[in-house]
Amino acid sequence: MRKLMMGNHALSYGAKLSRVQVIAAYPITPQTQVVELLSEMCANGELDAKFVKVESEHSALAASIGASAAGTRAFTATSSQGLALMHEMIHWAVGARTPVVLGNINRAMAPPWSIWTEQNDSLSQRDTGIMQVYCESNQEVQDTVIQSYKVAEKVLLPCMLVLDAFYLSHTYEPVDIPEQKLVDKYLPKFNPPYKLDPDDVHAFGGLTDAKWYYELRYKIESAIERARGEWRKADDEFGEIFGRKYGLVEDYKCEDADIMLVTSGTITGTARVTVDMLRDEGKKIGILKIRVFRPFPTDEVRDILGGAKKVACIDRNISFGQSGVFFEEIKSALYNSSHRPQIWGYIAGLGGRDVTPDTIREIVKRTEESDKPQELIWIGLKK
Amino acid sequence: MPKAKKIVWKGVDDMPEMAVSLSSMRVNKTASWRNLKPVIDYDKCKPCGICWKFCPEPAILLKEDGSPVIDYDYCKGCGICAEECPRNAITMHREER
Ligand code: SF4
Ligand code: SF4
Repeated sequence: MRKLMMGNHALSYGAKLSRVQVIAAYPITPQTQVVELLSEMCANGELDAKFVKVESEHSALAASIGASAAGTRAFTATSSQGLALMHEMIHWAVGARTPVVLGNINRAMAPPWSIWTEQNDSLSQRDTGIMQVYCESNQEVQDTVIQSYKVAEKVLLPCMLVLDAFYLSHTYEPVDIPEQKLVDKYLPKFNPPYKLDPDDVHAFGGLTDAKWYYELRYKIESAIERARGEWRKADDEFGEIFGRKYGLVEDYKCEDADIMLVTSGTITGTARVTVDMLRDEGKKIGILKIRVFRPFPTDEVRDILGGAKKVACIDRNISFGQSGVFFEEIKSALYNSSHRPQIWGYIAGLGGRDVTPDTIREIVKRTEESDKPQELIWIGLKK
Repeated sequence: MPKAKKIVWKGVDDMPEMAVSLSSMRVNKTASWRNLKPVIDYDKCKPCGICWKFCPEPAILLKEDGSPVIDYDYCKGCGICAEECPRNAITMHREER
C-alpha cells in the first residue's frame, strides 16, 4: 500500500511494522509527531505495545534499555538537546548490549535556540558505539527502521536512525508500506541470549574490575565490526523481499567521475539533481552518499573514492577545532589506502540554511578551479 | 533463594556479550575489595538496630532476638555502622587475607 506521509510518520510506520513492544519517549520539536502517531496507534489497538510517558529524554532511553533488557523490542525517538540529554544512556545501551532503535531528527544545538537541521547532535554521539544511519527519503526512513532492528538484534547494539529536520521530518512523500506478513518473515522475534528473567536471575552491568572490562570493550568493537557484514546481508535480504536496497553507501555516477562529492542526508537528493544538470553540461561529477556512518564503511569508501582525482566533502556539521566530521572520517579511511585523492572540505547548511543546486554548483566550481586542497571552506558565508 | 544458571567462561571468546553476573547475587559476592572489617563486641551491644538501619548494602542482618550479625560476603567495609553505633560496640580492623 502506498501512502503519502511525512518523514516523522515514516519512522512511526517503521516502528509499527517492526512490531515494537515498548515505546518510551518525551516530546521535542521536530520529533514529537513520531511518538504522537505511535501513541495513537497504541491507544486504538492498531499496535500492541506499551507506551511509556517519561519526564525526560534521559528516562526515555533508560526505560527503553530496561525494556530491551527484559527481552522486548524497544523504540524511542528524539532530537538535538534531547539526544544530548540521552548521552549517558547511549553509552549504557551500548555497554548493556541492548538493541534499542532510536530515531533522531537532526536539529541544531543551542544556544542560540534553533529547531532547524544540522548534524552536530547525532555526530556528537560518534564515539559511544551506537550504530548510526543517515537517511535521504521517507521510504528509506521507514525501511531503515526495519533493517535496523534486524542488524541491531544480531549484534546486540543499539542503532540510531537519523533524518534531517523539516527537509525530511515534515516533508510529505509517497511511501510504500509493505505487508505485515512479509516484514514478520524478514524480522523474527527478538530473542536475546540473556535477559531479566525471574527463572534465571542475574545482575546486569554490575561492577566489573580491570580483569574483564577490557575484554567487554573488545567485544563491543568486534560486534560493531561484524555489523558491517550484517548490514550488507540485511540490505540484500531486504532487497529480495521488498525490492528496495540502499547499501552502506551509494555510488551515484562515480565510475568515470573527475570530481566525487561526498554527501549524507537530504543534501544527497539536491546533489543528485545538480550532478545530472552538470553532466548534461559535460562535467563528470559523481556522488558518494554515506548512509551507514557507524560502523564506518571503510572498504566502500576506499573502493569508490580511491578512483577519484578530486573529492569534495559536504558537511552539514562541524567538529570545532578540526573540520567537518565526514571530511575527517573519509580522510582517515583513505590515509592507509594506496589511492589517495585530494580532498576539499566544505561546511554548508548549518542551522538549517538551504543547500541548493547553486550551492552544489559553487562547491564543484571551487573544487575544479583549485589545485591545492583546503580543509575548511565555509560556503555561502556572508562577508 | 532465586534460581539462576551459573555462567562460567575462560576468555574473551566464550564470555557473555554483556556484563552479566555469574549467577544470582547470592553467588555473586561483592566483598573482595573490603580493606577494613567491622567487628561487633557483643558485650557492649544492647541490640537497638541502628547499625542495621544505617548499613547501605545492606550487610547487617538481625537475629530473632534483634542482635546484629554482619554478612561478610557483602560488607564493603565503609564503617558507617561503627560510626553510628551509640555504644561504640563496632570497631574497624585492617582486613587480613
Ligand atoms: S562496614 Fe559498612 S557495609 Fe559493612 S556492615 Fe558496616 S555499614 Fe554495612
Ligand atoms: S548500633 Fe551498636 S548497639 Fe545498636 S545494634 Fe548495632 S552494634 Fe548493637
